[in-house]
Order: sequence, then structure tokens, then C-alpha cells
Amino acid sequence: MSGLLLDQVSKRFGSFTAVDQVQLSVPKGSFVCLLGPSGCGKTTLLRMIAGLEEPSAGRISLEGDDLTMVPTHRRNIGMVFQSLALFAHLSVGQNIAYALRIRGTDQAQQDRRVNELLEMVHLDGYAHRPVAKLSGGQRQRVAIARALAHSPRLFLLDEPLSALDAKLREAMQVELRQLQQALGITTIVVTHDQREAMTMADLVVVMGEGRIRQAAAPIDVYRNPVDAFVADFIGTTNLLPVTRSLQGGALLWGHALEGVAMPAGRSNAVLSIRPENVLLGVPGSGTLDATVTFVRDLGATVEIFLSANGTTFVSVANPRERAEVLVGNTIGVSLSAPNCLVFAP
Amino acid sequence: MKQEAPQGVADYAPIVFPGLMLLVFFVLPFGTMIAVSFFRRDQGGFYTPDFVFSNYERFLSPFFGNVLGFSILLAVAVAIACVALALPFTFTLSRMPRRPQVLWLVALLSVLSLSEVIIGFAWSTLLSRTAGITNILVSMGLMDAPRALVPSLGAVLTAMIYQAFPYTVLVMYPALVRLDPTLLEAAKTLGASPLQAFFNVVVPALRNTLVATVIMVFVFALGSYLLPQILGRPSHWTLSVLITDQAVYQSNMPFASAMAVLLVLLSLALVGLTSMIGRKENAA
Repeated sequence: MSGLLLDQVSKRFGSFTAVDQVQLSVPKGSFVCLLGPSGCGKTTLLRMIAGLEEPSAGRISLEGDDLTMVPTHRRNIGMVFQSLALFAHLSVGQNIAYALRIRGTDQAQQDRRVNELLEMVHLDGYAHRPVAKLSGGQRQRVAIARALAHSPRLFLLDEPLSALDAKLREAMQVELRQLQQALGITTIVVTHDQREAMTMADLVVVMGEGRIRQAAAPIDVYRNPVDAFVADFIGTTNLLPVTRSLQGGALLWGHALEGVAMPAGRSNAVLSIRPENVLLGVPGSGTLDATVTFVRDLGATVEIFLSANGTTFVSVANPRERAEVLVGNTIGVSLSAPNCLVFAP
Repeated sequence: MKQEAPQGVADYAPIVFPGLMLLVFFVLPFGTMIAVSFFRRDQGGFYTPDFVFSNYERFLSPFFGNVLGFSILLAVAVAIACVALALPFTFTLSRMPRRPQVLWLVALLSVLSLSEVIIGFAWSTLLSRTAGITNILVSMGLMDAPRALVPSLGAVLTAMIYQAFPYTVLVMYPALVRLDPTLLEAAKTLGASPLQAFFNVVVPALRNTLVATVIMVFVFALGSYLLPQILGRPSHWTLSVLITDQAVYQSNMPFASAMAVLLVLLSLALVGLTSMIGRKENAA
């Protein structure tokens, strides 16, 4: 069944186009991450879905109902803001019950629902605490519970975890995903953290300059990015310049890359290869030789910075597999064809 | 930053000058006034030092009770009306783009540059029969003949609100600019209409600012002296008018001092009471 449908949605601020003809269909009950660098229009798009900004063009519909002109308070959505926007003058329980109070639900039912939600976000017994006395993670949970109190049709989150420290953020990502799956609610999260998107999303929508660059399952975006921008944004990658050889194959600094084809009609292109696919060996054994400039041993993985032809690129290896490399060593590097993606510049 | 306690005499040097000014221009005159309020009046002369309560006893008359009550009620009405008008105005102002915001603030500041006398006479002209706004209503066919709207309580209130409004806006403005706009948006996503969101979220978040503003406008309006005289009937005269009357025209300094002391004590008591209520509600 169709959930949220964005039909050619655009937003212009004066002469600046923040969101440019976005077309997206989100299946009901799925978890979508809008991912992109700051200023790419992802927050503006989310705010239009919430009704906090009016689209300059296009239509937004949810489960068949046209929402484009419906004011925010009649859309029946739940939203978690980056600043959380908890009401400081109300207790935890009153914050969560706010949407029910507005709808005139009776007190006993409000209390029941508040307790149910507090249990869901693991804050049992916090109903009477003032919001100011909570830690960052607890406030986060209250904001989530408040947004879900009225069982909204759509759950929107704007960079919800950006204020938390790294460890707590990772734990909350897992928790948020499990909560969403348990409730089966259509959820849209704006984030600039690709790990967050990979952890939680059914569908990752990578945005750049107001447009959707790619919308696909996280692992598909990672393995088959449509262009260099997406490849660079999702995970880390090495972007290296390649030229067309006389035979029509790809040349990297004069070294032929066997089995790698150039895009049609291009003499220059960009090669993208993930650090884990840059394999090391003895000098002369691979595609080219490179000099080791830096070794970052992180324990679980080792990052080896390599330099060839004045360009630095990275290889990531498992410490058990890695050859003994020292800074200054010359080393053989092989780039195997199946892992090489070539994009038009 | 940690403030160290003053160590020696030299550390107190920076406050010597303000302290001296405060002593000469506030403590001494105020002390004199309190002293004079206990002196005895000489009929047809000035006063002789004494210690009598007769000046304070005169308050027990219904006339002074009425004037005092009217002064306080007038100040309360002006304070509440100003805050009620200025809150939505300042809220809208703080959400405007920068340019119109600056224009509005400059216009408000220019009202502050007007003296009370000019405001009083401007309103008395505006509300007069010969040149007032009723003439416009007549020419529009809404009224049969021009009417004088002064002197009246309405005229006094209008001019006092006009005078206090810019202060009210300027006191509220910083708090409203700092107010997190996502609070309102959050309320809307939870189903609150813009009006509900305003009363449920903006007003409680600004509670302390609102209480402080009411107190400020109240104290400001309590000392009002010229406007009730220019635009009101004698029954609309405030205690300040009466004090001047006693001091200047009846040359009864002891009684004028006693009224002034009472006015100060009453305003202090009301301010204290309001802030105490505010603190109690905050703690709950």
C-alpha cells in the first residue's frame, strides 16, 4: 500500500532553490533516511512533509489523502526536532500527554497512555519529573514518546540523535529502529550521518543540491552508487582520475586497469574504489606500486595511507591479514575490476 | 567566572562614586521626606520639627482612601492592558524579517522621546470636539455631530497606555527574540492550532518576563501625574496629583510627604507580593 507520496515537490526561497522537483514514494511502514551534506535541502523537505513550510510547487499525499494544503496541526503527524523542543514548564508526563490533552482525551486514558509510552522508551516512573532534571539521552526518549503519543500516521525526525555522544547515539539508533519496527509506523529521518542511515533505514535517499541523487536500500547505495557524489558520501571511498587508453580501457596514471570500462564517449572519468577493496602485496605484484605515507592502527582495523603520482589514497585491512608495512615502504597495490566503479566526472 | 570577595578598602573604591551619588540624591532626600512626614504643619507657614502621626491619620478619611484605590486600580489597568496588547504585537514583531523589525522599533523609540506634556496635549486635541477624531467619523457618516471625548477615564487610559506601550514592547522584545521557534512548531505537530500553541507554549515559557513587565508598567503608571490632569476629571486624579496639590498649592509639606511615603511603601509591597507569587508558582 502506498504510504507517503512526494510528487514533483519544490521549494524556492527567493532565487535560491532549496528543494528541486523531488519525486519519492515511501511504502507504508517503512523507514526512510534523508541523507546529505548540510544545505542539501533535506531538512526543508522534511519540514514540507510536516507542513511547517509550504511547497512552492508539487503535491504531498499520505495514504491517498492530499496533505499539500492541510495545516500542520491537522496532519496527524509526530515530529522530533533537532533541539527536541520539550516544553520546559511541563513535567515529563505532561509533555507526553500534550497531544492527547489537545485532543480532549480524558485524564485516566491520558495517564494510561503516558505510562505505556514511558515503558516503551524505558523511562518507567519518570512521569512527574521536570524535564530540566533529565540527561540528554532521557530527553531524547521523552521527545520520541511525546511525538508518538497520539499514534500518528507519520513519524518525522530531524537529526534526532546529533546532540548525543557517539556511544549513546549508536545505542539509540538500534533502539529507534526496533521501536519503529514494533509499531510499523512510516518513519522519515533526516541525518547527515551515513552510519546512522545504514543502521536504521529500509530506504536511503541521498540528496545533494536540492535533488535526490539516489534512493535505494542502504547496501545497494553502498555497493552501487550512481555517481561519485553518492559514492563519496556513503562510506569512505578513494576517488582517482582515470583516462581512456588506446584500446578503450581505463588507465590510472598510465597503468591499465584490466576489465574496467570507461563511460561511453568520455576520455576522462573518476574511479571510485572502497578502501577495503584496495589490496596490498609485494612490490610489482599489483596494478601499480605506491609509497606508504602513514599507518593508522585502530586496533580492529588498520588504515594505510598510500601515495602514488602525488595523490594520496587509503587502504583498510584487517590487522591479521595485513602485511608488515612501515612508513616509507614501497608496496604493490591491486585494484580488482569488480570493485572498481567508474563515473563520468 | 569566579568573583573574589573584596580584600581591603581599596577593593571597594569602584563603588565609592555611585554610593556617594545614591546617598546624596536618593537616601538623603528620601530620609528628609520620611522625617518631614512626621513633622507638624504650621497654619499659614511651613512646618516645625516634631513627631506626630496626625499626617498619616488623615489617610483614614474615605476621600484619600478613594484616591489611593483609584491610583492603584488605574496603574493595574494600564499595566494589564499594555502587556495584553504588547505580547501579541511583540511576538509578531520578533517573527518579522529584519528590516520591518528595525523600522517598528525606531518608531516605538520615537514615541519614547515625546514628553508627557506633549503626549497629553496631543491626545486632548485628538479627542476634542473641534479638531478631534469624531470629525472624521462625522465626515464618514458614522456620527451625527462631533463630540468631545475629553475629559474622561477612557482618555486618561488611552494616553497612559500609549505612553507605556513602547516600554512594554522593549522590555519583552529580548525574551521573545530568544524564544525557541521550534517550541511553537512542536506544539503544532502535536495537534495544537496556532492560537492554542501560543497560549500553551509561548505564554508559559514567558511567564517570568510577563510578571516582570506587569510590575514595571505598574510602577511606571502609578507615578503618572500630568495625563490624569490634562485628560481626566478631578475624580480621575491620582495620588501624585494630590501630593503636588498639597505640597505646592496648600504648602502642606508634612501631609504631602506622608502621602509620598505611603505611595512608595504600597508600590514596594505590591511588587514584593507579585514576585513572591511568581516564585511560589515557579517552585510548584
